Amino acid sequence: MDITFNNVSYIYQKNTPFAHKAIANLSFYIPSGTFTAVIGHTGSGKSTLIQHLNGLVRPSEGEVMIGNYRLTRDEKPDNMRMLRNRVGVVFQYPEHQLFEETVKKDIAFGPKNFNVSQDDIENRVREITSQVGLPEELLGRSPFDLSGGQMRRVAIAGVLAAKPDVLVLDEPTAGLDPRGQHEMMDMFTDMHKQQGLTTILVTHSMEDAVKYADHVIILNEGAKYMEGRPEEVLTQREALHHVQLDVPEMVQFINAFSEKFGQKIPYHRQSEAELASEIRQVLKGAGKDE
Amino acid sequence: MRHKIVEFRHVSFRYGEEHPWVLKNCSFAIYENEAIAIIGHNGSGKSTIAKLMNGLLFPQEGEIVINGRSVTQDSIWDIRKDVGMVFQNPDNQFVGTTVQDDVAFGMENRGIERDEMVRRIDNTLSAVGMQEYRLTEPHKLSGGQKQRVAVASVLAIFPQILILDEATAMLDPRGRTDIMKTVTRVQDQRHLSLITITHDLQEVVQAERVIVMNEGAIWDEAAPRDIFAKKAELRRIGLDIPFVAALSEELRKAGIPINREALNHEELLEELWTSHSIM
Repeated sequence: MDITFNNVSYIYQKNTPFAHKAIANLSFYIPSGTFTAVIGHTGSGKSTLIQHLNGLVRPSEGEVMIGNYRLTRDEKPDNMRMLRNRVGVVFQYPEHQLFEETVKKDIAFGPKNFNVSQDDIENRVREITSQVGLPEELLGRSPFDLSGGQMRRVAIAGVLAAKPDVLVLDEPTAGLDPRGQHEMMDMFTDMHKQQGLTTILVTHSMEDAVKYADHVIILNEGAKYMEGRPEEVLTQREALHHVQLDVPEMVQFINAFSEKFGQKIPYHRQSEAELASEIRQVLKGAGKDE
Repeated sequence: MRHKIVEFRHVSFRYGEEHPWVLKNCSFAIYENEAIAIIGHNGSGKSTIAKLMNGLLFPQEGEIVINGRSVTQDSIWDIRKDVGMVFQNPDNQFVGTTVQDDVAFGMENRGIERDEMVRRIDNTLSAVGMQEYRLTEPHKLSGGQKQRVAVASVLAIFPQILILDEATAMLDPRGRTDIMKTVTRVQDQRHLSLITITHDLQEVVQAERVIVMNEGAIWDEAAPRDIFAKKAELRRIGLDIPFVAALSEELRKAGIPINREALNHEELLEELWTSHSIM
C-alpha cells in the first residue's frame, strides 16, 4: 500500500498550556513495496509518525493516506479495524506485550480478533512460526519461559499473523546480541522481498539504514530534514552533524582516506571486500606515478 | 603490580538444581582503576557475572572476593557500597520524584548526614553534567540523561567498582557517546574500576582488557587489539568485529600488507600509508 503524508501536524494536549507540536507540516510519499528507513533523534517525532500509520492517532492538521484509507482531524475510515489488520506495527521491545498462556495463543490472538476461522488460524500460526525461526515445539510453552530473543520472535509472529501489507518496525533489534540482530534483520528482509511488503524501519543505526533501506527520511524536531537514497543522504556529514547524527562508519573512513591519499573513492554502499579492492587500485595507481 | 579489586575463583552458578549451569568454573581478576569490557552472546553468562559481584545472586560453587572481602549474605551490605551498578532500562531505576531526590535515595539508606548528602549531590550531578536538572522530574529527561543520573546516584555512594550492564543499549547514538564520555571521565577522576557489559564495539575498543564469555565459560581474556585479531573465531561464537578489523581482513585478502592490527581509523590509515610507500 502507498503511504502519503500531506502537510501533517500533530499537537499533543492541544489548547492547553502544555500544547506541544510533535510533528510539524510533514509531507512524504512512500511507494508500495519499498523499504524505507526513518531516522532521527529521541524527540524528533518518529514515535508520533508511527502512531499515525495505523490510526492510533489522527493528524491535528493535514492528511494521512494509507492505501485508500484516509485519516484527517475530522475523518477516520469506517473500517479502522481493517486498516489495523493491514498495517502491522512491531513496537520497541515488543516482548513486553506478550500476555497469553502459550506461545500459540499469543500468536493467534490478533487473527482471532479479526474473526479469522479456527482452521485458518492453525495454518497461519504454523506458517509464521517457521518464518520467524521458532521451533514448533515451543508453541505449547508459556512465552515467559523463553529467552529474550525467542520472546521477541513470538511477539513479531503475533504481528505477522494478521498478514499485514505494511510492516512498521520500531528499533526491532534493540537489546539483541550481534548474531540475533543479523538474523532478525535478515528475516525482515526476506519477508519484505517474498511477500512484497511495504516496510518502514525506524532506527538509530546508520549502518542498518544503508544496508537494508532503499529510501531514507530524516526527521528533526517533528519536521522532515532530509529525504532520498541512502547513499545520497547518509554521506552529507555537515548536514547530519547539524542534527546530532553521523555518517555511517564506512563513509567516515572513506572521507579520511580520500583526505590522506588525495584521491577520492566514491561511496556506493559497497561491501568491505569491494572497498578493499578499490583501496588497492588507488594505492597501486599512486605507486606507478612515483 | 596493581591491587586486585575483584576476584572470581572457580565460580559456577545455576538458577536451580534442574537448571543448566549458567557459569561454569569461571576464574578471573580485575584490578583497581582498570577498564574492562565483558562481551558475549545473550545467555553467555555476562550479566550473571555482574549480579554475582554485588550479591544479587550467589554461586553454588567457588568464591567471589571484592576488595579483599568474600561475597556472602553477611558481607553484601558492605560490598554494595563498593560495587555500583547501572542497568539497561533507564525507566526502571528511578525512585525519586526529582533528580536530586533520586541521587539522595541511596545515601539515605546508608544513613549519610544531610550536609554531606548535599555536598555529594552537588559533586556527582556536576560530574555527570546534570547539575542544572537537580529539581527536574525524572520522566522529563531523555534516556541518556536518565542514565547519567543513574550513574550519579551510584557515584554518590563512592563505589570502587562501577558496572554498566548494557547501560547504553536503549540510548540513541548521542546518548551513548555522552554516557561513555561521562563515565570515562569519572573513572579517571575517582580511580574506579569500570566494568562494561556490552555489545557495542566502540565501547569494547575503549577498554584496556576484554573478557569474552561463551556458553558460561571464559573464552578469552586479552587486550582489544588481540581479541579482534581473532576474527573468524569471534564470528563463530556469534560476535561482531569492528569495521576497522573487518576492512583490515579484506585488505589483507586483496594483497595489501597490514602488519599491526589496527583499532581505529587513524591506525589503519597509517598502516595503509606505510604499505603504499612500499608498493
